[in-house]
Amino acid sequence: MALERWFRRKRATKSDDDSGPAGLWLKCDGCGKQIYRKDLIANYHLCPECGHHYRMPALDRVNFLADAGTFVQWSGEIQSQDPLSFVDTESYPSRLKRSQEKQKRPDAIITGAASLGGEPVALAVMDFQFAGGSMGSVVGEEITRAAEQAAAEDRSFITVTASGGARMQEGALSLMQMAKTILALENLAKHRLPFISVLTDPTTGGVTASFSTLGDIIVAEPDALIGFAGQRVIKQTIKQDLPEGFQKAEFLLEKGMLDDVIPRDRLKSRLIQFVRLLRNKEPIHAPAL
Amino acid sequence: MPLPFEQPIDDLQAKIDDMRQFAEDQNIDISQEVTVLEERLVKLKQETFQNITRWQRVQVARAAGRPTALDYIQSMMPNFSELHGDRTLGDDPAIIAGIGRFAGRTVVMIAQQKGRDTKENIHRNFGMAHPSGYRKAMRMFDLADKFSLPVITLIDTSGAYPGIKAEEQGQAWVIAESIRRMGALKVPVLSVVIGEGGSGGALAIGVANRVLILENAIYSVISPESCAAILWRDSAEAEKAAEALKLTAKDLLEFGVVDGVIDEPAGGAHRDPKAMIRKLELVLEQELNTLSTLGSEELLQQRQTRFRNIGYFEDAIQDMQQEEISETDDTAEVEKLAEVVNKKADKAKQKATESKAAG
Repeated sequence: MALERWFRRKRATKSDDDSGPAGLWLKCDGCGKQIYRKDLIANYHLCPECGHHYRMPALDRVNFLADAGTFVQWSGEIQSQDPLSFVDTESYPSRLKRSQEKQKRPDAIITGAASLGGEPVALAVMDFQFAGGSMGSVVGEEITRAAEQAAAEDRSFITVTASGGARMQEGALSLMQMAKTILALENLAKHRLPFISVLTDPTTGGVTASFSTLGDIIVAEPDALIGFAGQRVIKQTIKQDLPEGFQKAEFLLEKGMLDDVIPRDRLKSRLIQFVRLLRNKEPIHAPAL
Repeated sequence: MPLPFEQPIDDLQAKIDDMRQFAEDQNIDISQEVTVLEERLVKLKQETFQNITRWQRVQVARAAGRPTALDYIQSMMPNFSELHGDRTLGDDPAIIAGIGRFAGRTVVMIAQQKGRDTKENIHRNFGMAHPSGYRKAMRMFDLADKFSLPVITLIDTSGAYPGIKAEEQGQAWVIAESIRRMGALKVPVLSVVIGEGGSGGALAIGVANRVLILENAIYSVISPESCAAILWRDSAEAEKAAEALKLTAKDLLEFGVVDGVIDEPAGGAHRDPKAMIRKLELVLEQELNTLSTLGSEELLQQRQTRFRNIGYFEDAIQDMQQEEISETDDTAEVEKLAEVVNKKADKAKQKATESKAAG
């Protein structure tokens, strides 16, 4: 890891990952206290002082959810092509390559099999640090394959989303991944396997308008931004200010769009209970974290 | 108002009209000359439209005077019964739904309607649906399944409406649900992009066995303006964005996003709406006849396979497939770095002390 990344000046952002503030210490966005980065990471990217939820990198998320040593990765065997020969201020292959080198994976998702409190599950965790977690052909295909594999192996399906939406650089092909993933999960539903969707900060656009909002149970982390349209677009369209807490997890819970908002330190135990209850098993006494 | 690149077409058309008028006034026969000019006009229209840029194509797709969904419906289904409301939130005029007879059978029609004038545009919210509109569409899906009626959808929207109410009422949720339920239909489903196919708001009624598009229509993951605002940080770069997004009928056919392109009359649908409507009617009848030979399981399977197969990817480079679960110990790294920092600090301190001592 490059040194300058650690010593770069801190910018104000929600994230403690390398797209955000760097340094050994950082000032918490929630309580304003100085926190030691090491403590933050050890605490599952929750502020040790106030519990403020920082974005959790995809790999940390997998390690956090899966029972130790049980994760078997499925994703990573395919990578995106550049069917549109897309160029904006930079070519798509060049953008893609940078993300791949930075994140050490072909695209914005990790999928695989794991145990969760002993329950067999398939995990699909999106990587927001990879091109904003955008969904193109590869993310669509990985989710589809994971859903198919989950059905074949009798696993419950858990998705953890963090995404800016469909990937513009693959045009309408990205749009079609919305339908592709939804239809794949519809097949999983035929097997009567639970599908739990965890929406994390941020989940927007084409990912919100597809598989992630079709979970049998849909939950979100506190304070997560979740919405269809971007706030800038909405403001431009309606030409007025947005209400307090608009598009936040708590707001959506109030509007009836979520089953619950679950703090990260209770997420794993709640997921285990959901899966067990839906598969008609007694809930177990799972320790928080 | 002609689009800028259409000016030569309009000029020639005006010339022909003038000549006709003149001939009539003077009572002379110039039909031969007029025929020659008319042939030239057709050729000019064809050549112009063969060579227009993707951005110009976007403008044609949005052009005033282009037949709207209601124009097709009124002509194709004279006894169309519009059915209103979603039974929960209200009735969304941006989406028209109903039943009627078409090509000898009852069909369920769902369509996005832009306005044909300012007043209608405001009433229809420029074809941008709220959750209520998609809920109405889903009610129609149920109706179609229950009575085994084929579904036809006409897509023409810049996108689902981005507003406060829309978000509160779960715009994303209803789009996802509409896609799911449309994908699960046991009847023939046909979708035609007649103008603008704007993102998720279009796809929500676009999960068909056959997805067709008019020659000058577009279908895109994002509008060129929004794409430019994000990637170029300037919505004025929409022309470049339109080019990059490959959103024309021809592009989409190549990528397998659509199954067929329906030719428009020379010069575009807006120059001869009647011919366009007749053409679409014929195509839809043919398509419907073909799909009607399939059973409900086959239809379902075909639709799922169709969408399952969309996407472009290749085998990943081997060295990128590192073990994902490694001991990526950020903590250790931080400590190592802290050590480096401390050492540097010590050194600096030492240096300072040394120089002080020397001084």
